[in-house]
Amino acid sequence: MTTTNAPTVAPRVIKKKRRSFPKWAVTTGWKHLIGLGLIVYAIFPILYIISVSVTPGTRVDDANNLFANGFSIDAYVNLFNDPDRPFARWFANSVIVGLTTALLSVFICSLAAYAFSRLRFRGRRGGLMTLILIQMYPSLLGLVAIYGILENVGRVFPPLGLDSLLGLIMVYLGGSLGGGTYLMYGFFNTVPKEIDEAAALDGASHARIFFTIILRLVSPILAVQMLLSFIGIISDYVLPSILMTHAENLTFAVGLQQFIADPYTKDWTTFCAGAVLVAAPVVALFMYLQRYIVSGLMGGAVKG
Amino acid sequence: MRNDGEKSTTLVKRKKRSSNSLYDSTTTSTKGWVTKIILLGIVDAVAVFASFMLFMQEQWLPLIIEIAVVALVNWIYIKRGSLPAKYLAPGLAFLVAFQISVLVFSFFTAFTNYSTAHNGDIKWSTGAILQTNFATTDDAASYKVSWLKDSKGRPAELLSLQELKTDVNGEPILDPDTGEALFSYTDIKLGVQGEFVQAVDRAIVTWEKPGPDCLTVGSDCGYAVAIPGYDALDVNALSKAKTNALYELKFWEDKSRTGFINLAGGLDTAVASTQIYRFANPGGDYSKPSLTKIADPTLVFKPSKDGYYRQDGKIDGERASETGWQVFVGGQNFGVIFGDQKLREPLLKIISWTIIFAVLSVLTTFIVGLAIALLFDDARLRGKKIYRSIMILPYAFPGFLSAYVWKGLFNQKYGFINTVILGQPNGAINMDASLNNVPWLVDGTVAKIAVLLVNLWLGFPYMFLITTGALQAIPAELTESATIDGATPSQILRLIKMPLLLVSLAPLLISSFAFNFNNFSIIYLLTGGGPTNTATGYDAGETDILITFVYKIAFSTGTGRNYGLASAFSILIFLVVGSMSLISFRRTKFLEDIN
Repeated sequence: MTTTNAPTVAPRVIKKKRRSFPKWAVTTGWKHLIGLGLIVYAIFPILYIISVSVTPGTRVDDANNLFANGFSIDAYVNLFNDPDRPFARWFANSVIVGLTTALLSVFICSLAAYAFSRLRFRGRRGGLMTLILIQMYPSLLGLVAIYGILENVGRVFPPLGLDSLLGLIMVYLGGSLGGGTYLMYGFFNTVPKEIDEAAALDGASHARIFFTIILRLVSPILAVQMLLSFIGIISDYVLPSILMTHAENLTFAVGLQQFIADPYTKDWTTFCAGAVLVAAPVVALFMYLQRYIVSGLMGGAVKG
Repeated sequence: MRNDGEKSTTLVKRKKRSSNSLYDSTTTSTKGWVTKIILLGIVDAVAVFASFMLFMQEQWLPLIIEIAVVALVNWIYIKRGSLPAKYLAPGLAFLVAFQISVLVFSFFTAFTNYSTAHNGDIKWSTGAILQTNFATTDDAASYKVSWLKDSKGRPAELLSLQELKTDVNGEPILDPDTGEALFSYTDIKLGVQGEFVQAVDRAIVTWEKPGPDCLTVGSDCGYAVAIPGYDALDVNALSKAKTNALYELKFWEDKSRTGFINLAGGLDTAVASTQIYRFANPGGDYSKPSLTKIADPTLVFKPSKDGYYRQDGKIDGERASETGWQVFVGGQNFGVIFGDQKLREPLLKIISWTIIFAVLSVLTTFIVGLAIALLFDDARLRGKKIYRSIMILPYAFPGFLSAYVWKGLFNQKYGFINTVILGQPNGAINMDASLNNVPWLVDGTVAKIAVLLVNLWLGFPYMFLITTGALQAIPAELTESATIDGATPSQILRLIKMPLLLVSLAPLLISSFAFNFNNFSIIYLLTGGGPTNTATGYDAGETDILITFVYKIAFSTGTGRNYGLASAFSILIFLVVGSMSLISFRRTKFLEDIN
């Protein structure tokens, strides 16, 4: 490990000032101890899932010995061989809904944020305040209304109604606009207006300024925003659980739960295998974009 | 392209006129135009399709609204100028369709009695009452059904009155082969959707087992299966919705609409039933509807103010049915929230736990996150990247999965925490503390601690990330100059770093509080609000926070769904969280940013 930098033998030629072990232990060594403890705390539930997913058996306690009860990939095979619980289909659904919504919502939010950030019009301030207020409404409690809206829309235009992925996407889009626009507005404000002016002087149209200059300048933040909204959507349980009915239309947040919902057919191992497959790409993306995510999180708080 | 002269005048004028003129370029590239036309074309194509569907279903008001909206969209994008509208229109459309409409709907619902028992308008509710309130006596006539359809495609039932064949002792005669009871079929009737039941001459039907003596009464020809002028209807090939419609068919015996024949059990038998109420609706517009009990015509039920048919329409009169309709009840729901004695105790408990939960969640995650950030804010410490990457795993891990996993870990009998970490014998069921059998999600107080522990696990990486960011944003000169002035590290932390940190993190801490105030998924997926105590008639659990409690009021099947009450709650929550955020934004000078 990179952390074992304590010189235990007497220093030879001193190139850098190196610390003796007691001194190292007092200054930074104890920090490593705490750090290791934290790592265990952070990682053990995740190790636990991975361990369960490769352990034979279906009970919650079958893997309590962490990897010591044998190895089996049955659970992963089961995941894709259960016609009543089409995991692959759920996975695809979640990715489709998550990606489409993330892309479209970031785009639509940027359009609105551009107007709020760069244009001056009557009702601008009121509009921003309204946006912030509207997103305070616990959307969960609007479910009755959302259900009713989709039911009515579905009567006229079935592909947008209940139990359809497109309908679900629309609802997510509607829900993400308040907060998203406000966030984007903050990001757009960090792009100096002088850049627009220079471009306008050179004859660029508003659309050109928007698409080729501003969007490009804030693209790292857009990527983070998309990722966060993607994770938020694929993790959502309530909305699809109420709007979707047929097994082939579920998202995995709802579908996976079916493996552990019924006490008689509970299959904890398969559930964990599904969880690993769901979490792995998300975590990988997150790790890959770590740096941007941290700056994105700080967007609202610290300027510069 | 514009010439230079125009450009410079535009820029000069910009300061006097609205600042939008900077973006009000008059030139639009061909590519831009083509894209615009294609996009508009797609929108219009979908709109034409939708209008067609609306037209076919004769939904006039939605049709008018739809046409107006589409016309407005076209006008906005084709017309020159009005830039803000061009950029705002897509977002605005979704906002109005799915958020503002939801808000408006909830606001109205909060003043109605919309609930399981009041689930539609008076027309719908009357239909439901008439549909479900009928009596079938044990000796009611029973019919064998053959499904037909008439020339217009309307479903029809060919009904053969069936009577058990009995021997001289009155015992049923059984089929020697199958052992099933045998029937004789006599009186033949025909029920066509929308018409009264009519008698059919025995001579004109086709019999299941045709024979020479089928035209006489009481012969063993089976039941009637076909009749001239009607085609057979294959009910097994119908869709589920159409089959359900068949189940709801009612064939009235005569104009009095008292007796009718409907399906009993399966699709192949029907019984004669009688209606309990007779419905009168003078004028046909539900201005003076009434239900009269057929068995006792002195009992007349009329609409009462609370959305039920009650005796003589009096508010304290007996109800004709538990099924009512939606009416405005004014502030009644808010009255329940503030005045119902049964609700008061659980509600106060829930509110205080909600606040405790939100405050402690923010505090614990912030303290741990801050501690780690300070700990790692050390240039000499190696491997920081690795630590950070692993420590943000809980944050990267999809939240709903975390809740499920922790639920498994906390399992009292078999969970990892009890059996491995606390070392209890596997499967211990007694509550023996010496066995370390901790009732994690079973006991109210322990469940609260468990919820907070899980939320700490979920939330500390976020706090660690943002405090690290904020720490790094503090200019190094500040701490350096303080060191030169002789400040100790603890003084620097207390007097310089902390105030700066708190200033920059305050908005995030407040929004974290607001988030946890409504942190539905962690509570709902981990404990479901439980352990539950339904003694008060409300489904209120020990770990329920306001939002899960309200969710259960609206959607729980156990105690009935009360959307009206839930909406009233949601308006109140909205007011609380909204004003909280407004105040905090104001204090953090957010508003200056807007202006």
